[in-house]
Amino acid sequence: MNKTQNNKAWFLVLPVFLLVAFSAIIPLMTVVNYSVQDIFDQNNAYFVGVEWYREVLQDPRLQDSLLRQFMYSGSVLAIEIPLGIAVALMMPTRGAMASLTLIVLAIPLLIPWNVVGTIWQIFARADIGLLGYVINGMGIDYNYANNAVDAWLTVVLMDVWHWTSLIALLCYSGLRAIPDAYYQAARIDRASNWAIFKYIQLPKLKGVLIIGILLRFMDSFMIYTEPFVLTGGGPGNSTTFLSQTLTKMAIGQFDIGPAAAFSMIYFLIVLLVSWLFFTTISQLDKDKTKEISHES
Amino acid sequence: MAEIRLTNLAHSYAADPEHTTDYAIHEMNHVWEQGGAYALLGPSGCGKSTLLNIISGLVKPSHGSVTFDGVEVNNVSTQDRNIAQVFQFPVIYDSMTVYDNLAFPLRNMKVLESEIDAKVREVAEILELSSILQRKANNLSADQKQKISMGRGLVRDDVSAILFDEPLTVIDPNLKWKLRRKLKQIHERYNITMVYVTHDQLEASTFADKIALMYEGKIVQFGTPRELFENPNHTFVGYFIGSPGMNLLKMTLSEQGAELGGITLSLNEEQRALLQDVGNAELTLGIRPEFVQLSANQNEDSLTCTIQHTEDLGTYKIVTVLLGEHTIKIRLDEEQQIPTQEAYLNFPNQWMKFYADDYLINSSEEDSNE
Repeated sequence: MNKTQNNKAWFLVLPVFLLVAFSAIIPLMTVVNYSVQDIFDQNNAYFVGVEWYREVLQDPRLQDSLLRQFMYSGSVLAIEIPLGIAVALMMPTRGAMASLTLIVLAIPLLIPWNVVGTIWQIFARADIGLLGYVINGMGIDYNYANNAVDAWLTVVLMDVWHWTSLIALLCYSGLRAIPDAYYQAARIDRASNWAIFKYIQLPKLKGVLIIGILLRFMDSFMIYTEPFVLTGGGPGNSTTFLSQTLTKMAIGQFDIGPAAAFSMIYFLIVLLVSWLFFTTISQLDKDKTKEISHES
Repeated sequence: MAEIRLTNLAHSYAADPEHTTDYAIHEMNHVWEQGGAYALLGPSGCGKSTLLNIISGLVKPSHGSVTFDGVEVNNVSTQDRNIAQVFQFPVIYDSMTVYDNLAFPLRNMKVLESEIDAKVREVAEILELSSILQRKANNLSADQKQKISMGRGLVRDDVSAILFDEPLTVIDPNLKWKLRRKLKQIHERYNITMVYVTHDQLEASTFADKIALMYEGKIVQFGTPRELFENPNHTFVGYFIGSPGMNLLKMTLSEQGAELGGITLSLNEEQRALLQDVGNAELTLGIRPEFVQLSANQNEDSLTCTIQHTEDLGTYKIVTVLLGEHTIKIRLDEEQQIPTQEAYLNFPNQWMKFYADDYLINSSEEDSNE
């Protein structure tokens, strides 16, 4: 193919380049810059290489909160995805009830995060909160402020309440996109409801589920406001997740170097997990066809 | 395998049908015999898909009954009716391989894997899918996908009937012909009742032994392609079958013969007798473009007309002429010379059909001949 030489064309790319530079590359590079230096004041900055990275990775606080973070994101996904699919499957498809359900489901998504935290902070209180009071009234000792397990359950429940709707709405739209003929053909092929779900609905939901899982993973992995408002990371450090640890380090203790290194690691983990997930899922189909074409 | 009988069947999508216009299917009695290859032909919106879905049980009829081999199936679900249906757009389970797609109905019926394997391979052989059995079904072409949906119907031994709902709409024209032939072969091999819905008369007449022509929710004629062509029961059949359709001329009866808007066509005794008892019904004369004779010379009984234009379609010509206020189309051979201005028309007696309020007036003699 013959390429036309036209250097003026570069000017057309320039605005995009500037935009990306200011919004992403420069801030990121600033963090990289901090993470490899020890800065005392404007004139006293020393290059320390990967020192901060090593220190941060060996920090038990970070290790603990990283573990907690994975457990939290894992449990949130494990509950929200199946629950969201189930809700979507049970939603009415037409009429006034359908609109009503959609509105009710959308409400949690519209509430600001710190308000969600506040709602649950009060709702789950053992003394005046409806939920906490009722649970205690049933004879179960529950107090998220001083019991780590209770605090954990409350934080997870809050996230499920806040975000299951997102999965449900995504799946609902995915389900509506399946033409009637598929269901009719399935009835003719005498498929059971389970088979219809497994071979028609679930494969057709794959696209929206990938997006849903990615969104929920990233969001839950970076969660800050809600647990901070609800439990403040306590009791002890039991609900302190990565971003809270990071904030303490950067703002509370002003350890800019380690905090920058921490940020980089944090960023890379999110990137890596999302990338791994996405490529595995999208490779899955291709691999199968390849294997099979070898056989035949 | 079954004989499908529709008794007093009618269907309305409205909850409380009052007017006849509320009905998608008007009351009808009809029998699809075991082993027949039928086409259900009609324009869009005439109710042919509704009728098909009633047979398969996807739609429950509001009136009347459907019986399979004498057993009423109105309340039997689609799953239990043992019907196979192929839809307009190919439905495949795209997460599965071609093999699994074909095996799917049998697996749902808990058939032994060894039997499934034999059956799937047999059907794949017929449909020429053997080479791609292990491929994923989602990346195939439309005709292959459509073959898979047909195959899912064929793997079941006990299937009562296979219903096709315009299955070749999305298929390339050159492959259509191949698939249609395949269907024919399958029909001959398995002797399954097949009902094929289409709006394409060519498709209907190449596939089916008998065509049911539907119009406004009614089957207006049921017969062989030839019967539909030569002896249309209803003006709509005349208009819809054939290319171009039948010439339909509004007429009244007079002492001299048939009045076609200022032009008088003399009628013979037999025709007069036929038209005697029609009362106040609106009369229409119908004649196929193939049967109208055009000549440059006047002869006995010929009518004078003016040539309007000629379309040469390569293998035949269509001439449009003006007879009084009526436009008439005539289909002629390529070689035939066409007069330039004035010409003379003849309507052969045996091809003139008379319709009272759109329905054919049958002579009792003709009935006895058939």
